[in-house]
Amino acid sequence: MELDFSVLLRYYPLLLRGLMWTGILCACTIPLSLVAGVLLAVASISRIRLVRSITEMFLWIFRGTPLLLQLFLIYYGLPYIGIYLSPVVSGVIGLGIHYSVYNADVMRTGIVAIEIGQHEASRSLGLSRIQTLRKIIVPQALRNVAPALTNNLIALMKESSLVSIITVQELTLSTQIAVADTFRPFEFYFAAGVIYYAVNFFLEQSLRRVEMKTALSR
Amino acid sequence: MDFHLIARVFVFFAQAAWVTVEVSFLSVCIGLCLGLIGALCKLSPKLWLKVPARVYVSVFRGTPALIQLFVIYLGGPQIGLQLDPFPAAVIGLGINIGAYMTESIRGAILAVERGQSEAARSLGLSKTQTMVKVVFPQAARLMIGPIGVNIIGLIKGTSLISAIAVVELTYTTQRYIGTTYRPFEMFFLAALFYLFIISLTSFFVRKVDQRYALEI
Repeated sequence: MELDFSVLLRYYPLLLRGLMWTGILCACTIPLSLVAGVLLAVASISRIRLVRSITEMFLWIFRGTPLLLQLFLIYYGLPYIGIYLSPVVSGVIGLGIHYSVYNADVMRTGIVAIEIGQHEASRSLGLSRIQTLRKIIVPQALRNVAPALTNNLIALMKESSLVSIITVQELTLSTQIAVADTFRPFEFYFAAGVIYYAVNFFLEQSLRRVEMKTALSR
Repeated sequence: MDFHLIARVFVFFAQAAWVTVEVSFLSVCIGLCLGLIGALCKLSPKLWLKVPARVYVSVFRGTPALIQLFVIYLGGPQIGLQLDPFPAAVIGLGINIGAYMTESIRGAILAVERGQSEAARSLGLSKTQTMVKVVFPQAARLMIGPIGVNIIGLIKGTSLISAIAVVELTYTTQRYIGTTYRPFEMFFLAALFYLFIISLTSFFVRKVDQRYALEI
């Protein structure tokens, strides 16, 4: 079979709609994974032993199993205990939890690396432990680990392609639909690859810019 | 939790886990070879080596692994490359992880102090000798950790090949949920195997890393 890239022209609205959903997924998941990541990081160094060990266990399980399996658990498993989630919601929750675990690992190293003096100074100025964390420690930690977080978020964008398997019609599933219509897998998957590459490039550039800004304001 | 059921399907999951291990092992071998070649090409001053290596790394790190697998397995026949699921999976994942390995190996080589290669060169060693006898052995110690991280990522990544019909752990889990209607038992088993494989791998990586770590 000859390659014929002209079929792409007929299907670009479908691919664009898929791209839009990939964008929506990332826009929902990125903030979720960052916020949940901070909370998990803080919980994993909590003074209360029970909180610490439960968080450790949670992190270990989600770090040690593939995202795809977690997505299956949420989308196909939860209905058995009466929790019905739409594909998009399952996808956002699955991706969000998975990457909050990675972000938590990164942030914990960031928090632990902040000088103890910062903590002591803040406490002796009368801030509570929570205030110290929220206003003094976490902002500095975030700034220090920004490059590692950027890497995680870029990986998140790429891995959002997995939610196609739980029937979220984002870029990958849209591509699959186009392939089923035209029987031209090479052209379409190649095109999807190009689109992902472009999004990846754009996301990386903008995240690095944010990184530079936060680094400069020191 | 129905432990009788778990006991009954355990052996099938064990077989599937073995496929996961096989695919991981073979892909890591391909990935390490490509990574070594890629890193050396990327560090070479010759443009015809440097540019292809850069493109390779950028393309395979810049697109989702799932799309790469689809292009190879589903798109391959269109350009005369007909592969069975298993080899397609190994090749796809191998090429993908090779791009990450390239960066890890390159990073480690660059992290070796410049003075080392300068000293070796001024002692009369050729460029190749300098790399093989002086720089690389030192870099090898530095790259164990990052390579380990890649390997663990790859093991989790093998779940993707369920999408191209390789009967590994994730595929088996899906199939047994379909036939038994007991998702939690199946997930429990799959998670158990994944956690076992990954914990064991990270344990070994840590041991090797400690064994060869530089005493600074």
